Amino acid sequence: MTAAPTASTGPQSTPPAADRPTQSWRGVASEDTDTDDLTVSTSLALAARSRALLGSLVRPHRHWAWIALVLAVAESVATLAGPLLIAVAIDTGVPAAIDGRTGPMVWIAVAYVAAGVASAGLRAAFLLIAGRVGQDILLDLRTRVFRHVQRLSVSFHERYTSGRVISRLTSDLDSLSELLQQGLDELLFSLLSIATVTVVLLYLDLPLALVVLVGFLPLLWLTRWYRHRSAASYRSNRAAIAEVVVAFVESMNGIRAVQAYRRERRNNQIMDEVGGRYRDSNARAAGLLATYAATLRAVGNVTLVVVLGYGAHRVAAGALGIGVLTAFVLYLRRLYGPLDQLAMFLNSYQSASAALEKLSGLLDEPLAVAEPDEPVALPAHVPGAVRFDGVEFAYSSAPERTVLHHLDLTVPAGQVVAVVGATGAGKSTVAKLLARFYDPTSGSITLDGVDLRSLSDADLRQSVVLVTQESFLFGGSVFDNIALGRPGSTRAEVEAAAHAVGAWDFIELLPEGIDTDVRKRGGRLSAGQRQLVAFARAFLADPAVLLLDEATSSMDVPSERAVQAALETVLQARTAVIIAHRLSTVLIADRVLVVDAGRVVEDGSPDELVASGGAFAELYAQWEHSLA
Amino acid sequence: MTVDSAASPRSTLASLRRLGPYVRQVRGPMAWSALAALGASGAGLVIPLITQRVVDSIAGGAGLGPLVPLLVLALLVGLAEAALILVRRRAIARPTATLEKTMRDDLYAHLQRLPLAFHDRWQGGQLLSRAVSDLTTIRLFLAFGAIFMVVNALTVLLGAVVLVVLWPPFGLVALGLVVPMVALSSLFEGRYKSVARRSQDQVGDLATRVEESVLGVRVLKAFGRGPRFTTRFAAEATELRRTEITKVKILAVLWAAIIALPEIAIGATLLIGGIGVGQGHLSLGALVAAVTTVVYLQWPIDSLGWLLAEANKTASASDRYWEVRDAAPTITEPSHPRPLPTPVRGALSLRDVHFTYPDATEPVLRGVDLEVAPGETVALVGLTGSGKTTLTALVPRLFDVTGGAVLLDGVDVRELSTSVLRAHVATAFEDPVLFSASVRENVALGPVEVTDAQVREALEVAHCWEFVQALPWGVHTRIGEQGLSLSGGQRQRLALARAVVGRPDVLVLDDPLSALDVHTEAEVERALKQVLAGVTSLVVAHRPSTVALADRVALLEDGRITAVGTHTELLATSAAYRHVISSDSAEMIRT
Repeated sequence: MTAAPTASTGPQSTPPAADRPTQSWRGVASEDTDTDDLTVSTSLALAARSRALLGSLVRPHRHWAWIALVLAVAESVATLAGPLLIAVAIDTGVPAAIDGRTGPMVWIAVAYVAAGVASAGLRAAFLLIAGRVGQDILLDLRTRVFRHVQRLSVSFHERYTSGRVISRLTSDLDSLSELLQQGLDELLFSLLSIATVTVVLLYLDLPLALVVLVGFLPLLWLTRWYRHRSAASYRSNRAAIAEVVVAFVESMNGIRAVQAYRRERRNNQIMDEVGGRYRDSNARAAGLLATYAATLRAVGNVTLVVVLGYGAHRVAAGALGIGVLTAFVLYLRRLYGPLDQLAMFLNSYQSASAALEKLSGLLDEPLAVAEPDEPVALPAHVPGAVRFDGVEFAYSSAPERTVLHHLDLTVPAGQVVAVVGATGAGKSTVAKLLARFYDPTSGSITLDGVDLRSLSDADLRQSVVLVTQESFLFGGSVFDNIALGRPGSTRAEVEAAAHAVGAWDFIELLPEGIDTDVRKRGGRLSAGQRQLVAFARAFLADPAVLLLDEATSSMDVPSERAVQAALETVLQARTAVIIAHRLSTVLIADRVLVVDAGRVVEDGSPDELVASGGAFAELYAQWEHSLA
Repeated sequence: MTVDSAASPRSTLASLRRLGPYVRQVRGPMAWSALAALGASGAGLVIPLITQRVVDSIAGGAGLGPLVPLLVLALLVGLAEAALILVRRRAIARPTATLEKTMRDDLYAHLQRLPLAFHDRWQGGQLLSRAVSDLTTIRLFLAFGAIFMVVNALTVLLGAVVLVVLWPPFGLVALGLVVPMVALSSLFEGRYKSVARRSQDQVGDLATRVEESVLGVRVLKAFGRGPRFTTRFAAEATELRRTEITKVKILAVLWAAIIALPEIAIGATLLIGGIGVGQGHLSLGALVAAVTTVVYLQWPIDSLGWLLAEANKTASASDRYWEVRDAAPTITEPSHPRPLPTPVRGALSLRDVHFTYPDATEPVLRGVDLEVAPGETVALVGLTGSGKTTLTALVPRLFDVTGGAVLLDGVDVRELSTSVLRAHVATAFEDPVLFSASVRENVALGPVEVTDAQVREALEVAHCWEFVQALPWGVHTRIGEQGLSLSGGQRQRLALARAVVGRPDVLVLDDPLSALDVHTEAEVERALKQVLAGVTSLVVAHRPSTVALADRVALLEDGRITAVGTHTELLATSAAYRHVISSDSAEMIRT
C-alpha cells in the first residue's frame, strides 16, 4: 500500500559529505540535535525535573490522593484475605466437612465472598477518586503547558518550531492520558500487593518466604534493566513521532503547493522515512517489553517450582500444613500471574514518563522575554513617544551576525516614520524590537520614557500593536478575527473598523457577510483580503503606537488606496512605524529612515530625501518610472 | 467542529471489522502470536493440575520420591510458558508497528489526493489527531488488547473445562462466571463507545486549538491575546475532563462488577468443593486444583473490563479514521485520459467558466471567457475578492469548475490525467509556502528528476541564486520552519523558482511580486520577462509594474471578464480598469 521509494523519481542530488544520503531532502541545519533530547548520562537530572513537576501537580489534590491511596491499601488487604481463607478452609473446613459438619465451610465461603465484594467496592471507589484526581492533574498540566507556550518568546518558537510544540501538546499529553486511563491503578495495586503479600508470606512460613524473597532479586535487577533501556528507547520514540507530526502538519498546511506541484509521491516517500523511524522505535520498544515480560514469567515459574518442592519437603517433615502450602502457591500466582500484563502497563508508564520529561523540559524553558515582576504602570492615555537608545541586536540563532548596530532613534509622539531599505537590512527587526518580540542585545527601547522591559504585557500590548505581512487568521468568522483586536467590542465597533480600513466592500459580498467562516487559516479569503482583516483588527485595537510591517503588500491598488486614506485619519495623533517596499505607502510618512546593513543611512522628510539625491531619491526615481 | 459526532449507528464489532484489510496484512504474525498466547495459557493452566498431584501425593504420604518427576515437569512447563510469552510478543512487535505505519501512510496519501474543498473544511487538529492519537490506539489494541481478548476468552473457557473435568458440579461455577460476563459486556458496549467517541473528537478540537495558537503565536503576541486564548483552551480542556470523568464512572461500575465475579466464583467453589470433599466425592488435591484454577482465571476475567473499554475506544478510532478515508477525492482522474497533442503548444482557454464554492450559494465566477494564445502572457486584474485567485486554482484543477470548461490545447483539463496536467501547468501562489527541507528540495518539489543545473537556472531566473549562495550550505541548506528563516521577498522568489524549474508550458502566477522591494522587483521583473517569453502565462496582477509584463490584460469584474486589451488601451477606454490599477494615489498624496 505504501508507495515504494523509487530512486528514479526522487530528485538526485549530491549531498554534502556531512549529510546522510537518505536524509538529503531535509537539508543541513546547524543544530540538528534536538535541544531537548538529552543523553542518558543526564537522565537522572531529568527524572528529578519530572518528579518536581509531578509533585507540584499532585500537591493541590494531595488529600484526595491520600484517600485514594488508603482505599487502595484497604483493597489489597481485603484481597489478601482470600488465600488465607482458602488455607483455613483446607486445614479446618474440609476436615470438619469430612466429620459431617458443613457449618465452618459455609462460614468460610461467605467470608470469602464478602471479602471479594468488599474489595470490588473499594476498587470502584478508588477508580472514581483516582480518575477525578488524574483528570484534574491532566487538565492542570495541559493548561499550564499551553499558557507557558503562549508566554515563551518568539525566538523560542523559532528555535523549537511549531511542529514540536504541537507534538508536545498533543501526542505527549495523549500518552499521559493513556496511562491514567489504563494502567496506573494496576501498577499501583501490583506494587501494593508485592508489599502486603510479602508480609503475609513472612508471617505464614519464614523459610518458604525466604525462597520467594530470593526470587525477588532477579526481578528487581530485571526491572532496573528494563526501565533503563526503555527510557532511552521511549525518548527516541517521542522524538520520532514529533518528526511525523511536523511532516504531516506541514504538508496539510501547504496542500495547495503539494497538489499543484505533484509533490504527493515525494511526500509519501518522506512520510515513509520518518514514519519508518517511528515504527522502528515502536518495534524496538515492544521487543524490549517482550524480553522483559517473558523473563519475569520465567523467574516467577522457577520460584513456584522451588516453593512447591521445598514446601512438599516441609509438609512431609510435618513443619507445614497443606493449606498453608496451597496459600503460598495462590499468593505466588497472585504476585506473578498478572506480571506479564503488568509489564505492559509499565510500558505505558515508561512512555508517559518520557512524555512527562519532554513536557517538564518545555515548562522549564525560561521566558527569555519575561514580564517584569513589578511593572511600571502606564497612564490611560499614552502619548506614544518612542526612543531607541544605543540599541544593538543579533538574533540568538546567529549571535555573530549583528542585525542592528547601535541604533539611536527618537520618535516624538504622533510622528509617522517610514523605514525603507533592502531585504535583510534590519527594517523588520526595528518593528519586532518595538513590539518586544525580542529584547535588544544591548541598549534600551523606551515608550514614553519607560523601558519596554518594565511594562506589563497587558499595558505594552494595549499601547503597541504590530501588523505583519503574514496576516494570520484564526478559525471562526470575519467578525471574530477583527474582534480579536479588542475583545468585547460591539458589532457596531467591529463593523466601523471594517469600514474605516475599506474592508467592508468585500465583507459585504461574502455569503454571510461579517459572520462568514473564514475557514482554516482564512483559506476562504485572498491574501489581500486577509491583510484587510488584519488591518481592521489593528484599527480596532486602537493603540498609541502602530507598527505596520509590509502590512499592505498583497493588497490591490484600490484597497491600498483605501487603507492609505484610512491611515491619514488613523495616524493622526498616533505614533506609527511603517515598513513598506512600496513607496506609495512610504510617502504618507512625516519622516523616512533609510536602513542599510543595520545602520540608519538617511533620515529626513520624504521631500528632503528626494531632494538630497541619496539612496532614497534613487528608489523614488525607480518607483516613479515603474508607474509609467 | 467539522464532524458530526453523534453516536454512530455502527456497532463496535462492525467498526472493528473495518480494520480487516489491514489486520489481514499481519494475519500471519497475529495467528502465530495468538497460538503462542494460547499455548502459554494452556501451560499456565497445567501448573494447577501439577500442583494438585503434588498435594495429593503429599497428603497420601507417598514421600518425596514420586514428586521429583512432577517438579521437573512443572519446571519445564513453566519455562515453556515463558518462552511462549516471548514468542507471542516478539511475533507481533514489528507487524503491529508496521500496520500503524501503513494505515498512516495510506491516510496521508489519501489526504493528499483529497481536494482543497475538503481541506478547507476540515480542521488541522482533527486530521492530526486521527493520524497520531487514533492510530496509536489502534496499534496498542491490536498488539495487546485484541490478542488478550481472544486468548482470555479461550482461557476462561478452557478453565471452565478444567473445572468440569475436576468434578462435574464445578460446571455450575463455570456457568456462573461466563453468563454474567457476556451480559455485562453487551450492556456496556453502546454506552462506552459514544463517550469514547466524544472524547476523541474533543481531543481533536484541542489539537486544532493548539495548532492554531502555535502557528499564530506572533499575532497573539502582537495583540497580547495569549491569555485570552489560554482561557479558551482551558475551557475546552475542561470539557474534555468532564467527558473523561464520565468514562471513569462507567468504567468504575463495570470494573467493580467484573472483579466481584471471580471472587464469588471462588467462594462457591470452596463451598461446594469443601462439602464434596467432606462427602468423599472428590480429593483434597482436586479442590486445591479447582481453587487454583479459578484464581488463575481471575486476571483474564478482571482484564475484561479494560479490554472492553479498549475495544470500544479502538472501534471509534476506526470510525474516525475511515471517515477521512471514505471521503471521496472529487477531483477524479478521467477513466480514459486523453493525451495532449504533441508538441504541447500551451493554448489556454476558459469557456463560460462558472464557479461556486461548495457551501456557498453565490457564484464567484459567472461565465468567464478568456483565450490565452500559446506563448502569450495575460495579466488578470480585478478588485480584491473578484475571483482572481479562484480562477488560478481552476487551471491546475485544485478545484473543478461548476460550469463551463477550462481547456489546454483544446482538451478539457478534466479529461487529462491530473499528473499530466500539473506537469505542464505550474502555479505560484500568493502565499509562498516553504517546507522544512533543503532549498533544492523546495525548488524541485515535484516528482520529476531535476538536474542541479536546472535548479541553478531556476534560482538565477528568480534572482535567488545570490542569496542562496550566501546561505551556510548553499542549496543544501535547510529552510522553512525547522531551518533557516527567509524574508517574505526571498520566499516569494523561491516560489517563483519553484514554478519555473521544470520549464512548464503554462505558468499561472498569483501576484508574484507582491512582497518584493523595489530593487528586487525590478530585477525579478527583468528575469520574468525572459521566462515568460514563449511560455503561456496567466498572471494575477495588482500593480502596473506587474501588468507591464503582460501582452494583454483582462479585467475581472463581478465574476466575468469585462474588458480585454493592452494596458494602454484599457487605461484609455475603461474607467473600471483605471480605478483598479491606476496609482494616482501617489500624486494625490504628494499634493
